[in-house]
Amino acid sequence: MSDIPFPGTGEALPLETQQEETAGLLGWVSSVDHKRIGIMYLLAALIYFGAGGIEALLMRIQLAKPVNSFLSPGAFDQIFTMHGTTMIFLVAMPVLTGLANYLIPLMIGASDVAFPRLNALSLWLLVFGGVLLYFSFIAGGAPAAGWFNYAPLSEKAYSTTQGVDYYSLGLLITGIGSVVAAINLIVTIIKYRAPGLTIKRLPLFVWMVLVTQILIILALPALNASLVMILIDRTLNAHFFQAVSGGSAVLWQHYFWAFGHPEVYIVILPAFGMISEVIPVFSRKPIYGYEYVAASTVAIGVLSFLVWAHHMFAVGLGHSVDSMFAISSLLIAVPTGVKIFNWIATMWHGSIRFTTAMLFATGFLVVFTIGGLSGVSLAIFPVDWQVTDTYYLVAHLHYVLFGGTVFGIFAGLYYWFPKMSGRMLDEKLGKWHFWTMLIGFNMTFFVMHLLGLMGMTRRVYTYPNYPGWGMLNMISTIGAVVMGISSLIFIWNIVVSLRQGEPAGDNPWEAWSLEWATTSPPPVHNFDRIPPIRSRRPLWDLAHPENPDWKNEH
Amino acid sequence: MNTEAQTLVESWDNNRLAMLFFLLSEGTFFAFLIIAYVYYHSVSNTGVMAAKVLDPLKTGVYTIFLLSSSFTVWRAEKCLRRGSQRAFKGWLLVTIVLGAVFLFGQGSEYLHLYGQDVTISRDIFGTSFFTLTGFHSLHVLLGLIALSVIFVLALQGEFAQQHSSAVETVALYWHFVDWVWVVIFSVIYLWTVF
Repeated sequence: MSDIPFPGTGEALPLETQQEETAGLLGWVSSVDHKRIGIMYLLAALIYFGAGGIEALLMRIQLAKPVNSFLSPGAFDQIFTMHGTTMIFLVAMPVLTGLANYLIPLMIGASDVAFPRLNALSLWLLVFGGVLLYFSFIAGGAPAAGWFNYAPLSEKAYSTTQGVDYYSLGLLITGIGSVVAAINLIVTIIKYRAPGLTIKRLPLFVWMVLVTQILIILALPALNASLVMILIDRTLNAHFFQAVSGGSAVLWQHYFWAFGHPEVYIVILPAFGMISEVIPVFSRKPIYGYEYVAASTVAIGVLSFLVWAHHMFAVGLGHSVDSMFAISSLLIAVPTGVKIFNWIATMWHGSIRFTTAMLFATGFLVVFTIGGLSGVSLAIFPVDWQVTDTYYLVAHLHYVLFGGTVFGIFAGLYYWFPKMSGRMLDEKLGKWHFWTMLIGFNMTFFVMHLLGLMGMTRRVYTYPNYPGWGMLNMISTIGAVVMGISSLIFIWNIVVSLRQGEPAGDNPWEAWSLEWATTSPPPVHNFDRIPPIRSRRPLWDLAHPENPDWKNEH
Repeated sequence: MNTEAQTLVESWDNNRLAMLFFLLSEGTFFAFLIIAYVYYHSVSNTGVMAAKVLDPLKTGVYTIFLLSSSFTVWRAEKCLRRGSQRAFKGWLLVTIVLGAVFLFGQGSEYLHLYGQDVTISRDIFGTSFFTLTGFHSLHVLLGLIALSVIFVLALQGEFAQQHSSAVETVALYWHFVDWVWVVIFSVIYLWTVF
């Protein structure tokens, strides 16, 4: 197995691997190729990102000055609900699933996922689940009970339009899609690894995607059960969450967060994985403490199921329950901190190349750590009581989800775009994108810490003219506009680079994992030959036969 | 993952492995519905209503039908592996009949309860009871459809080899449906007795 020749040795392919894809739109929508499906996931997520971004800008315009009347209170409620729901379910999850779809078979040396048709099914479930959710706007009104849809507000008596029904059905459909995709990826990683690619040699992105998929199959059912229950309440006049007739609104909160907290890690772990690929390659060093990065991922996965009630400190569950969840929430900062130190140690004494991908990875380290620290402060429940449902929380969650997930995704997109398209993204535009994004991001969200500490509550369509509030909110709004412009630079970069970007070649970054052993973009069957895998960095071994990694392993 | 567990997992074929993870997900889904039932049993006292309207003995008999179908589908697999096609088809048919009898039992219980005005919208007992048992019946129905497809294919001589991933995968699903019912039956019906 280890003497399979490397691609490019000039031998003809066996006939059955020489297949062509159907061209044109039909070829794309009918495709079961994991690469095309991955790209379609990314495109769908980009479109929904535009929608969610416009919603964010609408909110920021409304909040730009005190006592503004740009949006009505009802419209504001719909917009913030749709913004959160869109960004979590229709942007963060599909981007990560899309990248996993594209990259996992390539990184493990497989020709496709285990179930290509199921793969297409999960994509289209996502697309149409999102369409159903957005259809609510023209069907009488979007859901307006927040992305976590708390009962009893989401019950029929208080949410009289069909918005919550569309929310439930839309998310059930995308949720089923997520579970299907997760099962597919798990089986692929277990069964389709190239010879020699043992579990201890898996690229860290694959490790983290694997843990994420296990979180998905165990956490999504909690959401699906909650959605089914609220739908039954609303459409069949049942009583699950109606306190007057023996139901319990608090149960909704428990169930939603039993899903919701693992979900936070579902959308951050793959970003961790991308960072773990990008930082070593651009520091020209292997990852520091591979085992610790992998094991801390598993620790995060386990702990993520034990922290849900820290979203419910203000409910009044009692001191001992609050203390338990405060402890578990503080504990989960430990494996996350382990990772941060591993990444820093990887960069330490490395010969760092600050490409745009590396800039985003470094930016990630800084802003995500700030978000992690405000998270630790929120885990201390007396602090949480003080700032609960203020902009302090909004600042925290955007530092981890935007500063973490989105910065990680940008790092990954700049890193892998050459593999997907065969062309490099423009570095100059990329640097504009990075710096405007970093500045806009911090302008938008840093001031929210201060506003939150001053008592500005989230999810209220306006605020009184207290000293400083108008100015801080204006800074935040300007920052949001800068982020919007930054996103346009990114899209422009993609459009320009697809047409006239520099050709990438097989391995433009001199990276070490298998996806760089094939052409850019890869052929339908991915690999002509798979290089021997005798360490974690097969392409390093290939390029440095005098000093391969496997000689230095014990 | 230690190597022993690793080889065990890797020795499963794709379909069964996918089904295993799917059932893990489904099991979690049922766990949440079961926890909801137990929760309302304790905080909203739904046990009183359950004891008043449910008939554990009658449902117990139907339960025996469902549980024996787990045995018969296992026999069907065994016979296929031994190469006795007739017995394979026979046990498969018995499995389908047993499952259908259970489903009939569920239907007649629902009708009976409906006659006493016990519905999903009447109170929190009805809500949690019908949701949990309803979702289980839906799973039995889907299992019956899958088994029937297998049966028709078997009649057409589809499973001439002694090993079939499809048969084993559907059997795995069917065992799951049966053993989830053991938990549901205990929590809903046996709790009214003990």
